[in-house]
Amino acid sequence: MQARRATPIVRYAFSAIGRKVIMAVTGLALTLFLLLHMLGNLQLFVGSESINRYAHFLHSNLELLWPARIFLLLCLCLHIWSAVSLALENKRARPVGYEGNPVPPGTTLAARTMMYTGLAIAAFVIYHLLHFTVRAPAVNFAGQDFHALKEALPWGEERADVYRMVALGFHQPVAVLIYLAGVGLLCFHLSHGLSAMFQSLGVRDRNWRGRLDRYAVWFSWLLFLGYAAVPAAVISGWVK
Amino acid sequence: MKLDSKVPPGPLEQKWERRIRDGRLISPANKRRYEIIVAGAGLAGASAAAALSEQGYQVKAFCYHDSPRRAHSIAAQGGINAAKNYQGDGDSVWRLFYDTVKGGDFRSREANVYRLAEVSMKIIDHCVALGVPFAREYGGLLANRSFGGALVSRTFYTRGQTGQQLLLAAYSSLMKEVARGNVKLLPNHEVLDLVVIDGRARGVVARNLITGEIRRDAADAVILATGGYSNVYYLSTSGRASNATAIWRAYRRGAGFANPSFVQIHPTCIPPLGDYQSKLTLMSESLRNDGRIWVPKKPGDKRPPNEIPEEERDYYLERIYPAYGNLTPRDLASRAAKRVCDDGRGVGPNGLGVYLDFSDAIRRLGVQTIKDRYGNLFDMYREITGENAYETPMRIYPAVHYTIGGLWVDYDLMSTIPGLFVLGEANFSDHGANRLGASALMQGLADGYFILPSTIAGYLADIPHDSRPPTDAPEFAEAEEQVRNRLRKLLSIQGRRTVRDFHARLGKILWEHCGMSRNRSGLEKALQAVAALREEFWQDARVPGDEESLNQSLEDAARVADFLELGELIARDALTREESCGCHFREEYQAEGEGLRNDEKFAHVAVWEFQEDGKTPARHEEPLRYEFVKMAARNYK
Amino acid sequence: MIRRKKRGGRDAGTPLGLFRLMKVRLKVWRQEGPNKPGRFETYETPELNPNMSFLEMLDAVNEELIRQGKEPIAFAHDCREGICGTCGITINGQPHGPGKGSATCQIYMRKFRDGETITLEPFRAKAFPVIKDLIVDRSALDRIILRGGFISVRAGSAPDANTIPIPKRTADLAMEAAQCIGCGACAAACPNASAMLFVGAKASHLGLLPQGQPERFSRAAAMAEQMEEEGFGACRAYGACEEACPKEIKLEVISRLNRDFTLALLKGEL
Repeated sequence: MQARRATPIVRYAFSAIGRKVIMAVTGLALTLFLLLHMLGNLQLFVGSESINRYAHFLHSNLELLWPARIFLLLCLCLHIWSAVSLALENKRARPVGYEGNPVPPGTTLAARTMMYTGLAIAAFVIYHLLHFTVRAPAVNFAGQDFHALKEALPWGEERADVYRMVALGFHQPVAVLIYLAGVGLLCFHLSHGLSAMFQSLGVRDRNWRGRLDRYAVWFSWLLFLGYAAVPAAVISGWVK
Repeated sequence: MKLDSKVPPGPLEQKWERRIRDGRLISPANKRRYEIIVAGAGLAGASAAAALSEQGYQVKAFCYHDSPRRAHSIAAQGGINAAKNYQGDGDSVWRLFYDTVKGGDFRSREANVYRLAEVSMKIIDHCVALGVPFAREYGGLLANRSFGGALVSRTFYTRGQTGQQLLLAAYSSLMKEVARGNVKLLPNHEVLDLVVIDGRARGVVARNLITGEIRRDAADAVILATGGYSNVYYLSTSGRASNATAIWRAYRRGAGFANPSFVQIHPTCIPPLGDYQSKLTLMSESLRNDGRIWVPKKPGDKRPPNEIPEEERDYYLERIYPAYGNLTPRDLASRAAKRVCDDGRGVGPNGLGVYLDFSDAIRRLGVQTIKDRYGNLFDMYREITGENAYETPMRIYPAVHYTIGGLWVDYDLMSTIPGLFVLGEANFSDHGANRLGASALMQGLADGYFILPSTIAGYLADIPHDSRPPTDAPEFAEAEEQVRNRLRKLLSIQGRRTVRDFHARLGKILWEHCGMSRNRSGLEKALQAVAALREEFWQDARVPGDEESLNQSLEDAARVADFLELGELIARDALTREESCGCHFREEYQAEGEGLRNDEKFAHVAVWEFQEDGKTPARHEEPLRYEFVKMAARNYK
Repeated sequence: MIRRKKRGGRDAGTPLGLFRLMKVRLKVWRQEGPNKPGRFETYETPELNPNMSFLEMLDAVNEELIRQGKEPIAFAHDCREGICGTCGITINGQPHGPGKGSATCQIYMRKFRDGETITLEPFRAKAFPVIKDLIVDRSALDRIILRGGFISVRAGSAPDANTIPIPKRTADLAMEAAQCIGCGACAAACPNASAMLFVGAKASHLGLLPQGQPERFSRAAAMAEQMEEEGFGACRAYGACEEACPKEIKLEVISRLNRDFTLALLKGEL
């Protein structure tokens, strides 16, 4: 007889495959957020009115904003927890490596560096939140308080001027470099993760594998270009 | 030595049914009080261990591999026969029986072969249930192909890996019973001696190959399913570890050894390439379905095959055996190949080879079809030889493949030692003097899944279930002492030559004098040469290391030491069988190039009884009576 | 076409008889026992025929070592035709060496350059402790099978083999997965030492066939759990296992296993 075992759902959640599924599902949710976030950003090209109104809308609906934020934070935590805990176990599973650390054939750089890109992305996310959400002056390299950027509305109220914040923020070459590196790593991370998540979810069969691998790369490029377009627009003078 | 075959009386079709009906039974409550040792985990061993455990016996399963999934049954390629007649091409139990008896050149026991043909159908049923992914037709039903020695398609297959799939199925059923706690699995253990107490097999002495520890295990019955001894020839298609030790030790303890010289030489192997070679690789007989075998008509024709015009080619099998053509049984096909090579018409660097040509089939069916059917074999051929058989014919040559001889068993699969049962290739089995393709897998699984589990109760019911001897009985101590002394002796020789060197020389002697074609003077030479080599081995072999840890050299040495004794028995058996039958071809007994049987004097199984070292073993005979089929000269023309 | 090259080179198409003898240097992991420290030792091989198999080359080296009174290199092998799954050496960092779809015993010396230094190591994984030199203990794989790698049917109880038609495509897919030889190269190749390809292959083989349906989900779940207990890592879809697999089993078997594992939870069979 076996000793009393944990309930199936708990065993599932802590099993290797279960954690991979958690990683995949949270990854999928975060990717959807990335897509929405990118679409939001691209309103910059429509003009300051559009993006400022959008930002104002989000910030004035706290009942939506905070659940969304909490949900995303939860996803991020679960994603990181499953990744880190598995990575530690994986390391233990192969205590002795091969002579000269050869690159295992059949693997891609993106796959081999998921943990590193993941950690770098986490750092970038913190920086990015400080930069544009918390708007900590210490990290914007402009020496300006982004909180002060307000836009006066005709009916007397004022709202945050996101348009100018972005323009100012990306006037700093260091900020642009950090941003591009972060987004680049994120998309590199996704180029493997977006296909691998379907492996964990159990739908990556021979018919879908090639397609998923291709779509993952295309989607990653799409995200990268979408995100990179913003600083590019600032640098090129499109957005002032 | 008493050789009572215990074949039940009555009509052929009712014998097996009658044995089951009249057989004794043991109650389920008592079954679990019997313990049975199974040595070997190939098709026969794994299936027997699983089936016995399913019935409720306690089983200990020994195998020398690190896992029971590795036995050499796994390398069988072509398929497994069964008289299902799914093709509706006129097959029946009778026809499978008759083909097998005839293919075996009328040197097998009628009743056994008939039973094998009957049981064959249940094997396929069971294997499908176990999840063997047999080849299917588009309608979802099972597909078949044809094999040598048959005019019907009755061979079931899983690509070119049928042995693998069947073994993995047997392994899975064994593991199911291990999981249930009824089978104790002892991998990495080699059985080195049999313990006989009061004339009954009562246990074994085995060595843990990792730690060197020697252990004793007592049982109510011992089953040897340890495979064949082709490796006595050094170069064979067997796995490198396949050996005769368990059956040889049993022989020395009193089990009769039947027809040791009946060794099957398979016609379609990749020719030997150099003296560094460690083994020969089989190319499935199924290739003969679509490949045509030929050599140049002119001796010494060194032109590349594609430059030899059609009319200068000799499709000798089609010429000599028009009815069966390229699907002539293995012994005939092998001998025919040897003959054309002896004529100087052999092909390849050393003239030891014949062409197996697919160009006609490719023209007829297209490359893709051939790829689908035999792709893995063509790849394998390319890996080994560096040649592309889609463009140039394969070169093949016969090689030792299977040993038809083995320990003598009665209808119940019990040897001359009560309580010692022998299954699969290890027994002398149902194949007479020549085994048909796709019948070895059938026999292994028939013995293990269906026959032994039904017959063993007859023996066990006679012995009390609480009579297992303690392992400190003097017989166990004596056996262990012998095993230890022998290992120490091997380690202490510290001569100059490696074990492999002796093994290769033994193989050469036997291949030359006791291979595809044999004669008196050659066999007499072999007898002396093997004895002399054995002498030299015990003087001059070098075995490094110690016996208390993993020592592959020591394992090899102990196996080769046994081969050096067995080799002599093989030559002696071949010498005393003064006729040609099946795989045993004595040059003195032939007409028009075909072997001549002597049914008057040799329609029997020759069974050898060990005397003592240095003394000639005694030869006994089990007469073979053919009540249901008429003995006739085999005709494949 | 067969290329006719007169050198013992990397060409798999070198016809027999046309070759130059070659020599290589071996850097071999030697380890006396499970808990002993290991180290690399270097050996020069005797003259080799490039048509020799890799294991035949090792045989030749061992013969020399025995003659010199030294301990031969222990390596596992048996069938030498790529089907028993006994052999397994990591050659130059690659389990089963160069070339796709081959076990160690199917590697030929013509794949290497004359004078090359070749590194030989055991399969590395926590779940595969070294027994001696290049031999590792792979019993963990058997323990995974023990948790359900079978269909529970007893001998003699099966219906006629043609009772359930199986679509040819299903049988072919099952066969592809069933080809696994249990060598452990997948785990040895995986940077995470994950045996998911092995487990997935068995779960796919039995889970695809109608006969395997009754135990499909509980089997997948139990085997996957056992794999973890044995200390194998998790799958990260690297694809290194697929590359090393001598039977070229596809990554999709892992996908199927993942799905069946989740379904096992939903169906209450976990």
